[in-house]
Amino acid sequence: MRPWPAAAAVALLYALHQDFWLWREARPLVFGFLPIGLFYHAAYTVASSGALWLLVRSAPPAIDE
Amino acid sequence: MIPALVVFAYLAVVLYIGIFAFRISRRKNDAEDYFLAGRSLGPTVFLLSLFGTNMTAFSILGASGHAFANGIVTFGLMASSSALIIPVGIFVIGKRLWALGKRNGFITPVQMFRDRWECRHIGTVIFAVQAVLLVPYIIIAVMGGGTTLLAISGGVIPYWLGGLIVSSVVMSYVFLGGMRGTAWVNTLQTVLFLLFGTIAVVVIGRGMGGFSEAMEAMLASPVTAPLLTRERVSPLYFFSYTFIPLSSIAFPHICIFCLTARSGTYFRKTVVLYPICMLFIWLPSVFLGVVANQAKALPAIETKLEARAQLATQSAALSPDDRARLRAQASGDDVILKLVEGYAPLWLASLLGAAVMAAVMASDSQILALSTMFTEDVFAFYQGTARFGQAVQVLTGRAFVILVTIVAYVIALRLPQSIFDVATQYAFAGYAALAPLLVAALFWRNSTRWGALASTLWTAAAVAAVAACQTLIPAPPPGSEVVVWSLNDVRIITRGAAGTLVLGLLPVVPMTIVSGFLMIAVSLATLSASKPGAVTLARYFR
Repeated sequence: MRPWPAAAAVALLYALHQDFWLWREARPLVFGFLPIGLFYHAAYTVASSGALWLLVRSAPPAIDE
Repeated sequence: MIPALVVFAYLAVVLYIGIFAFRISRRKNDAEDYFLAGRSLGPTVFLLSLFGTNMTAFSILGASGHAFANGIVTFGLMASSSALIIPVGIFVIGKRLWALGKRNGFITPVQMFRDRWECRHIGTVIFAVQAVLLVPYIIIAVMGGGTTLLAISGGVIPYWLGGLIVSSVVMSYVFLGGMRGTAWVNTLQTVLFLLFGTIAVVVIGRGMGGFSEAMEAMLASPVTAPLLTRERVSPLYFFSYTFIPLSSIAFPHICIFCLTARSGTYFRKTVVLYPICMLFIWLPSVFLGVVANQAKALPAIETKLEARAQLATQSAALSPDDRARLRAQASGDDVILKLVEGYAPLWLASLLGAAVMAAVMASDSQILALSTMFTEDVFAFYQGTARFGQAVQVLTGRAFVILVTIVAYVIALRLPQSIFDVATQYAFAGYAALAPLLVAALFWRNSTRWGALASTLWTAAAVAAVAACQTLIPAPPPGSEVVVWSLNDVRIITRGAAGTLVLGLLPVVPMTIVSGFLMIAVSLATLSASKPGAVTLARYFR
């Protein structure tokens, strides 16, 4: 598996951290109590785990592994 | 007083873990066993202890305190960017360090730098800067210990005594158990504070009658509504926080921890699960910190809100002493404890208190790392081990553990700044600026020792400059700033209520960029005279 798609996913996620489109928004309150900006970054954290899974799968095993 | 007793029971348990690890390690009294647990940690302990090593008082107390004052922005500032950048650093840099350490017997990053760049005293300079930058991180734990025990005991245990008790317990199990004891304690701590967040949210939510009403009330008030958005923070400032997690892999205790894994495959599971662990700890901490603004039924929180309101409306008219007193009153570092105290049943408050204490005590790895660095990079390097043997080296490491703890404790008693400020302004920024050293050593053939020296000296000077700025220029009232240096009406360096800024960015941004630039420029300028030999380079590059 080539490492570039995983590296691109990590780079894209880094850019998506700057979510200026939700800057002044509190609504909708997700689940009735979670401001949208906080929900976005919680979802972002889960997406990070997905991107890292891709990264780990695409990296060749090190000699010592 | 019952919560305090449960916390003391917890302290006794971690102390026993240290003693147990000591009994096991007595069979092998060598440096690699004491400082690296014999490079033998299994996958679960490796994941949980590496994660626990990165989580300190800052993660629960600092985060909820910051969220109490600044709102949901706290999660984006520190948690979500860290959830991506820290595991990437562990996977790309940490795993390579692990492989090199295993092949060449390295125990500290400075040993690797000395070998990679064929240098001696430059390595000592890097050690000195790393050591000085690590102490503030240890101070955070002492402060957190003092704050936690003060709150849990209802004021019976004063701040100085709480800090003393926590420091003594941490010192004891690090002294006795070395890396093995530290890793086991960190594993227990991580499990505790992973559970803590979920339980705390459910219990406090019930106590407050649900969060929906609290959120609607916050949105209805012009004072609290901005806490649910990021409108008070500039996008530039928000962006600059993404540089802070670069510090993680550059911290010596994280580098050293990466060397403890029995197999390189353990890194894979660790980096994938790391963001999920972050979510479980930071989301509850930040959310509860924000929602505490609506917990007006609790007198301790009401006092904080009143102090904050007074600061906001009368700050200009207040004397510096009154302003400092009100700032201390409004500080939210203990806000999560107050919520637990107010809304959780006693038995649960006691357990949650122990979980907070677990997070607070995560400075053990830093203390052990300092001790490891001193004994390996100074004592052993300058022939101490060759002359006196490995047993004396381990003894020296243990003596250093005591010395570091005493120094950190004395400093913690004299520093009134909030946990968050100390961590961000000194240790995190400094280590982020040292990250180019690791990247250059491991991935750039043409880097040289002089480039490394230039980066290190720049980092030391920049941290000193920020510290001087913070100390010499008193914090202005919230919402205003003091211009320290401007050029053609462009405000280059400013001092605001939250700290020093450079062109609106945290100092960590220019510090890291300049450090990287110096590494490149000075390495290229000195390449012909100081390029490491072919044999050395062959150990690092194929």
